[in-house]
Amino acid sequence: MTEQIPVLECRNLCISYFTRAGEIPAVVDFNMRLMPGEAQGIVGESGCGKSTVALAIMNYMGKNGKVVSGEILFEGRDMQKMSEEELRQLRGSRIAMVYQEPMASLNPAMLVGDQLAEVPIYHEGVSKEEAWNRARDMLAKVKLPEPERILNSYPHQISGGQQQRVVIAMALLSGPKLLLLDEPTTALDVTVEASIVDLIREIADESGTSMIYISHNLGLILETCDRITVMYSGEAVELGDVDAVFDMMRHPYTRGLFGSIPLPGADKNARPLVSIPGQLPLPHERPRGCNFGPRCDFFKAGVCDAAAIRMRQVRGSGPGHWSRCERIDDIDWDKPIAEGVSREITAPGDVVLKVDNMTKHYEIEESALFFSGEKKTVKANENIDFDAREAETVAIVGESGCGKSTFAKVLMGLETATSGNVQLGNFELGHLPVQKRSADTISKLQMVFQNPFDTLNPSHTVGSQIARVIRKFGVESDPVKVQERVLDLLDTVKLPRDFAKRRPRQLSGGQKQRVGIARAFAGNPSVVIADEPVSALDVSVQAAVTELLMDIQAEHGTTMLFISHDLSVVRYLADRIVVMYLGQIMEQGTTDEIFSPPYHPYTEALLSAVPIADTHVKKRRIVLEGELPSATNPPEGCPFSTRCRYMIPGTCDVTPPPLKQMSAGHRILCHLTDDELNAMEPVIVIEGAPSEKKEVRRKRKSVAQGAGSKAKTQPAAKRAAKPKAASPVKTTAKDKPSRSK
Amino acid sequence: MADITIEPAAPSILAQLTRTRIIALLMALVWLPLSAYVISGVTPGGSADYMLLPSIPAVILLYLIAFRAWRESWVAVLGLSLVCFWLLVAVSVPFLPLFDPNKPIAPFQIPFATKGENFYLLGTDYKGRDILSRTLWGCQRVIVWGVTATLVAYMVGMLFGLLAGYLSGWWDEIISFLGNVLLSFPVMVLFIVILNYLGPSGFNIIVAVTFASAPAIMRIVRGLALDIKTRDYVFAAQTRGESPLWIMFVELLPNVRGPIIVDACLRLGYTTVAITTLTFLGLGLQPPDPDWGLMIRESAKTAMLFKFSYMLIVPALSVSSLILGFNLMADGLREMSLRD
Amino acid sequence: MKLIGRRLIQMILILIVASIILFIIFDSDTFKMRIALAELGNFGVSAMDPDDYKAWLVKKGLDIPFYQRFALWVGNVLQGDLGWSFEKNTAVGPLLWAALKNTGILAFWVFALMVPLSLILGVLAGMREGSRLDRSISFISVFTTSIPEIATAIILTVIFALGLKWLPTKSAMISGFDGWQLMLPVMTLVLYDFGYVARMTRASMAEVMTSQYIRTAVLKGLPYRRVILRHALRNALIAPFTVIVLQLNWLLSGVVVVEVFFEYKGFGKLLLEAALFGDIYVVQACTLVAVIVAVTSQIISDIGYTFLNPRIRFA
Repeated sequence: MTEQIPVLECRNLCISYFTRAGEIPAVVDFNMRLMPGEAQGIVGESGCGKSTVALAIMNYMGKNGKVVSGEILFEGRDMQKMSEEELRQLRGSRIAMVYQEPMASLNPAMLVGDQLAEVPIYHEGVSKEEAWNRARDMLAKVKLPEPERILNSYPHQISGGQQQRVVIAMALLSGPKLLLLDEPTTALDVTVEASIVDLIREIADESGTSMIYISHNLGLILETCDRITVMYSGEAVELGDVDAVFDMMRHPYTRGLFGSIPLPGADKNARPLVSIPGQLPLPHERPRGCNFGPRCDFFKAGVCDAAAIRMRQVRGSGPGHWSRCERIDDIDWDKPIAEGVSREITAPGDVVLKVDNMTKHYEIEESALFFSGEKKTVKANENIDFDAREAETVAIVGESGCGKSTFAKVLMGLETATSGNVQLGNFELGHLPVQKRSADTISKLQMVFQNPFDTLNPSHTVGSQIARVIRKFGVESDPVKVQERVLDLLDTVKLPRDFAKRRPRQLSGGQKQRVGIARAFAGNPSVVIADEPVSALDVSVQAAVTELLMDIQAEHGTTMLFISHDLSVVRYLADRIVVMYLGQIMEQGTTDEIFSPPYHPYTEALLSAVPIADTHVKKRRIVLEGELPSATNPPEGCPFSTRCRYMIPGTCDVTPPPLKQMSAGHRILCHLTDDELNAMEPVIVIEGAPSEKKEVRRKRKSVAQGAGSKAKTQPAAKRAAKPKAASPVKTTAKDKPSRSK
Repeated sequence: MADITIEPAAPSILAQLTRTRIIALLMALVWLPLSAYVISGVTPGGSADYMLLPSIPAVILLYLIAFRAWRESWVAVLGLSLVCFWLLVAVSVPFLPLFDPNKPIAPFQIPFATKGENFYLLGTDYKGRDILSRTLWGCQRVIVWGVTATLVAYMVGMLFGLLAGYLSGWWDEIISFLGNVLLSFPVMVLFIVILNYLGPSGFNIIVAVTFASAPAIMRIVRGLALDIKTRDYVFAAQTRGESPLWIMFVELLPNVRGPIIVDACLRLGYTTVAITTLTFLGLGLQPPDPDWGLMIRESAKTAMLFKFSYMLIVPALSVSSLILGFNLMADGLREMSLRD
Repeated sequence: MKLIGRRLIQMILILIVASIILFIIFDSDTFKMRIALAELGNFGVSAMDPDDYKAWLVKKGLDIPFYQRFALWVGNVLQGDLGWSFEKNTAVGPLLWAALKNTGILAFWVFALMVPLSLILGVLAGMREGSRLDRSISFISVFTTSIPEIATAIILTVIFALGLKWLPTKSAMISGFDGWQLMLPVMTLVLYDFGYVARMTRASMAEVMTSQYIRTAVLKGLPYRRVILRHALRNALIAPFTVIVLQLNWLLSGVVVVEVFFEYKGFGKLLLEAALFGDIYVVQACTLVAVIVAVTSQIISDIGYTFLNPRIRFA
């Protein structure tokens, strides 16, 4: 490589926040060298300091944040020494940023066009007309349909995906040298996320802009970046080329992180996830020495906690692979991480829950006193038809607005079905609101909620909230026995018994979710609905809670309905999967059936959209165009017809699709013929065995998969060379080991 | 974990004394005797004075507890100190060496005047009553009627707010509409109409304050309830078949407490203003018992001279300091709640 | 637009219900008796036996059913006939009109001073939250709002009228309109009210300044002036706007004390004197006007809010 000036260089950067409690170090000893055209990823859990780094680069840290030491060099100039005016000229023109929440990032009271035009007007002094023209061109470049209409809209009049494209367009308007992306897709649905990621990648390829991509999602980093920095508790713990780090992790935290995300090949029974024990330390309670020490399996007193740990170069890896581990040479990195305890496979029993052609329509009436507005019908659920057996896990997958929450409400009795039946055992529930259900029925069907910060009432102690359930369901009534049962339940969810006296605010997110699980299992339910129970938790905590949930389920033989948008988790833990879109079931079948062809076109797109943090996995890229239609005004015919790439005009957009029985339990709602469906190629392919690691790594960059007749396919690796046959081993979801062993 | 014992049945009373309960107990200890003392209208100097005796340490304890909790916000502490000063005066005034507030001694004595063996720190009014004594006694009535009226308004407002917010639908439509009707009356106009209809008295002030404040409180609580009822814990309660009443009072009510406390401090201030103003206008508390509004009313009629302006200034500053106390407390509390 | 239409209809409903409530109150036996007292005098009433009283009611047309009287009253009001003032021995209409005009002058000056003062202070304080300027402005506004109008009026009178003798003590304006006499009432009301609006503006501005779209604007490299003027102000002033319009409602309360204290012949003084005297028709008319003003200001505030906030305008 020739000697180039890095676009951005952070040297021994330390950033602190100054609060009433004193100085809180947010980022310690952070180093980064970003070369022109390079894309670097920063990955870490919440509170690790990754966003602080981005804001420090922008020199925007609020009044209590400050760079304490070290320097940030932009094209060789120290940003700390720049004047306000110099900074202003850099911001938005040489360095631009894309934010996590597009809606909040745009001014609600200004036209999109005005907000975009400001950039060239203030940085290049062009006329207003010229600025609008540039804005229009840029909107077309970020693939927004009807740029003119969007320019003349207010932000709330366009969808979330479109808003994010506007923010990206705003960032690109003056051709920045450096683009900072702070979790740009976290607030979006999976399929929208995939299209935005695709756009970002294209931009990087085309314009040669350097990027810093901040995310908590390892898979996304793999898809977008060249280099990666893993951060933990304010420090970079490992950094290097993406492939090097992914295939040759040299820090226990990085390894732990990978161990706790469900990758294809993980199996809930044979190879459960391994969670990282403990919790993230609070910024002012960081331990001496290695921050990860207290949670590390390789912790050695006197070595790891002696002094601050320095970064070391990893031997035997590519250049620029560093790790902040004192014992890097002592640890046997080839030995797999301690495996989770495997579970006995419980065979599914009788049908416990039977949903038969259930339909739920809402009438929305714009109400005002004495006036009835026009009525609109929301078809929240349309002909839902499936059943769940004892001890089985059935996952319901779909994006926002697909009707999964409504479905849960009908089951729980907060809504009643418009037509069709829901049977628990032999008992009809669909038309029985919760007030009319007996305590026994209610206790048989319980729920674990999504948001850990909402799931417990902040005003009551943990113990009293569990006790209330026990009494309400008539499990026990004697106060002494109720208390005993509360403590038993806390044992079951592996929480200390003295938590009974605590209030929810004294608990971490994961602990709250455990209490939520204890509460759901208090009445010995036969069916538990888990509504995205781990999606709001940090990655390293997710695994522990997921495992706990499944342990208890296996122990009690409970049926679990697992509602999720995350196909990786679903693939890992579900026996059967129901894919929903706009209130209808598009496809259902066993996990293997869903993850291998034939697919429903929507399932195919969904599978492709989920980022997977494994260099051995190759995906066919299918990017969905357009936006999710509104449930109040669903398309005629097939609900997916507006975005489907196999759409047959005159059929799909007019006639409702037929339900095809592919095999015993595998059903697809689609107009395509069996032949067309069977001709589909697998979306996810796992390449090679781990022994061929290096071989594979090199190949990854040069492999692309062309498939599908009308398919808009794109190279899997972003700086792709010519497509070259890599003879992918065709696999199904679970029968192929990928990592370890 | 083995050392954790959970008292099953009949836990000792001491163990149940959480901080919240201690504070509630102390507040009751101050407020109950004081309101009984004022509302029953006993003549000072009798044995009834002694029922205020336990309230004095209670006020001091409350002050110390709140001081500790709020010490990080000097605004809140300043407000607390002002309020507690007047509270302390209210409960201890029968035991202070003061002239009888209603007894005419020597008219138009300016402050620091000595006449005969009597010394008038703040002078006397046109009838010759000691202003210091009248000012200190006067705070009793303002505090008792103000706090009681606000309390009643809160109970009514919160009840309707919870009903409207949680039950929604027709309940909400009707309650909100009635609230809007009441809110469309300017407050003072509403006071005048109600008090004109019912006649001026302390109890009728409570009614008037309730009609004027409850709709606003209802709105706030309704908004909070609408927010809280979308929380998963309410969903959880619904799905285990709890009754709406249980959800409203056990799941929602404790969680609206925080924002409501700030609002309550502000509203105590408004009520104090209202009572003083109404009394000044002749629609509120009636003579001869000492009251700040009354003192202003009487002096404004009789002593509009710079020389005698102390008669107006003293009660005006007193009522201002009490209201400032409430407002500063509200401000400090809001600031602290935003910081966390 | 549909939203505004719906709000308008709701407001009219509120007006109707409010006037019915008022009518019920003033139709009560207590008030009928007061009318008798006002007309016949104390002695006249005590001399009547129940039958005479009934006859008097018949004569006055007060015995017919409630709804008929309500319809009659509404009819009269719509024709501009608001009844008769027993105290002043004149028709209520002109009396009320004169008082409203005076209060209008007062209100105009209060708003003319209060609005710019509170908006400027609020924006300055909210622009840099936590700065010394912010803290001083905040403290001053808590302080001035905490002093009730009656106390402000006293303090100002003592200083400017009794002490310095710069301004007149009373504002009765016996010998025609006099601007000097207007100063103390206006100052009192402005001092009491500006703090509240300033604090609302500050809170709104401070919230906007921490919002993500302001961060976007700053990181877009816009000059600070542009960020404040174009991005922050527009959004920050939506909330204070509604508050300011709603202050009309508050002002109708506030003027009562001030007008009584300064003996300014406005709406508030008229209402209070009528209330104390038992001049029923005057009280009824004043209350009705107050409700109409309050409801109108609410409609204006609603329409303004909808207009200022594109999120609602195009919803």
